[in-house]
Amino acid sequence: MAAVKSVTLPELNPSGFGAPEFSTPESQDSEAALARRFYYFLSLQREVEDRIERKLYRQGKILGGVYVGRGQEAIGIGAGLVARPDDVLFPCHRDLGLYFIRGIGPREVFAQYMGRVGGLTGGKDGNMHMGDLNRRIVAIISAMAASVPVAAGAAMALKYQGSSSIAFNFFGDGATSRGDWHEGINLAAVQKAPLVLICNNNQYAYSTPLEKQMACRHVADRGVAYGIPAEIVDGNDVFAVYQAAQRAAEHARAGKGPYLIECKTFRMTGHSAHDGGDYVPKHLWGEWAAKDPILKLAGKMLDRGWATEGDLERMQAAIKRETDEAVDWAERSPYPDASELTRNVYEEA
Amino acid sequence: MPATTYLEAIRQGIWEEMERDPNVFLLGEDIGIYGGAFKVTQGMLERFGDKRVVDTPIAESAIVGAAIGASFMGLRPVAEMQFADFITCGFDQIVNFAAKSRYRWNAPAPIVVRAPSGGGIHGGPYHSQNPEAWFVHTPGLKVITPATAYDAKGLIKAAIRDNDPVIFFEHKALYRRVKEDLPEGEYTVPIGKARVHREGRDMSIITYGAMVHVAAEAAAQMEKEGVSTEVIDLRTLLPLDEETILASVRKTSKVIVLHEATITGGIGGEIAARITEKAFEWLDGPVVRIAAPDTPVPYSPPLEEAFLPNTATVVERARRLAAY
Repeated sequence: MAAVKSVTLPELNPSGFGAPEFSTPESQDSEAALARRFYYFLSLQREVEDRIERKLYRQGKILGGVYVGRGQEAIGIGAGLVARPDDVLFPCHRDLGLYFIRGIGPREVFAQYMGRVGGLTGGKDGNMHMGDLNRRIVAIISAMAASVPVAAGAAMALKYQGSSSIAFNFFGDGATSRGDWHEGINLAAVQKAPLVLICNNNQYAYSTPLEKQMACRHVADRGVAYGIPAEIVDGNDVFAVYQAAQRAAEHARAGKGPYLIECKTFRMTGHSAHDGGDYVPKHLWGEWAAKDPILKLAGKMLDRGWATEGDLERMQAAIKRETDEAVDWAERSPYPDASELTRNVYEEA
Repeated sequence: MPATTYLEAIRQGIWEEMERDPNVFLLGEDIGIYGGAFKVTQGMLERFGDKRVVDTPIAESAIVGAAIGASFMGLRPVAEMQFADFITCGFDQIVNFAAKSRYRWNAPAPIVVRAPSGGGIHGGPYHSQNPEAWFVHTPGLKVITPATAYDAKGLIKAAIRDNDPVIFFEHKALYRRVKEDLPEGEYTVPIGKARVHREGRDMSIITYGAMVHVAAEAAAQMEKEGVSTEVIDLRTLLPLDEETILASVRKTSKVIVLHEATITGGIGGEIAARITEKAFEWLDGPVVRIAAPDTPVPYSPPLEEAFLPNTATVVERARRLAAY
């Protein structure tokens, strides 16, 4: 039986910068403390992805595809902070925050995007195609929903091993059109595999709007077809996502099988860095900008007295410093040697 | 003790690995209660339980994908495609997920995908194919095609223990037709090593799977005609045992490459290319390819018989090659 590899929850700042102390009192278990973690991870994902998409890509320092989660960061992070360190995560390509939660820092992420040795794949793959089995986070492939059957199998294995760990699988609305999505969920449902399924319904799959993707109104409507519970939450409200993920995780851990959460959100960017998203009706950008998950969270923190404006500014400043340092680190990381090309295709003696 | 069939040899190999290692488990369509469409997994549900012998929905992509996910968690899944023809439904999981996983992010996917392949059973276009070349064209996979009961058992055991994804093509026409006495004790057969099925001096037939037996019949015929013919059973197509191929070519200087799969883009072209690149000066004639024509596998007996390479065809081409 494979031993469960130990994973430690990351420090707040994986790259080493200390998060500034807030002026407001908090206890570790309080909503305030949770809000602070949310705020840190949401802001870190936003800052790192802004740097990737709006600076390094345009400077030609990052080649190939760049896919960011701007506007939908609350989904991965809200659910990811419910996961225990021994749970297995299957992120989609807009869930950078999940890597930070698992202790993979901006340094490794920038190096990954730049194709450097210091990246999580050492230059073998790019962008969000990264994972680390020791930290129980599985790399996607480009075919949408391909990770759903894989997550189902991981969940089946955890059940077989008698573990209380569960799997979390993230995907977008477009992925729910693929056969793999349906095959994987059906298998997991039949097997009552402990699998939490989290859809970021950001309303566009590349340029294709939802109404050309599916004829049912909600992704969650599909849950009934597989005999699994499904619910809809505001994907821009990190607390709502967190609470839904708690319900789902409890269901899965209790041996009741998969649970589907549809998070309604909006992709505040084109499909990728080369795509301006001109096909999106203009008014939608403004409407959804007002529902930004970081603004929403910050408003709540200020309203409840969980933080002051100064606290949040200091957090943002610390994240910018952490990001600056990480970019420098990644740029100093060498490119892989060409001799690496043929290595590790198969197990090597 | 009666001789063991090719089918029973595979069953024994899986059974022994299930007994040896609790991480080994099986998933596929109709493999549990029914014991598999060909009965390769018969009795396993009763012995090992439904946690380790999992009857799945009809969903090949889910079967392969779930095997990959389970392998990431430390298990050793053996997935059955009911017929190799259906492996296309799991193609993406095999070639894009499993095959590239170690290279991309250092996550080995030690799965075995069993695929009953091949014609000669009047199965028609969707129960007769030999799709091995698609997978030979996929770095990161290992592709195995045993021809004998001994190798089928030893190679399925080696495949289950291997730390890379393995596609295991078991030829349906051999299941009950080929049998031999197997050793009492435990053994494995190394992946990536070809075998000299029959020694010869004047000509080599390089082949695998069911065609090994066709080649052996043709070789016996050629022997009578005074042409000592060697038969090389590749056993593994990826990685290819180039050394054994080239050693045989250097010895006989005349080569036929024979396979049941269709000719264009088949493994025969790859082998012919390697021989001409690496042993050109040893050749006394063209490298001859014998394979099925570029058509789907037809159903009606006269059509299928015309499709499958047979002993008469091999003998006829061998005579022409011998005349060089």
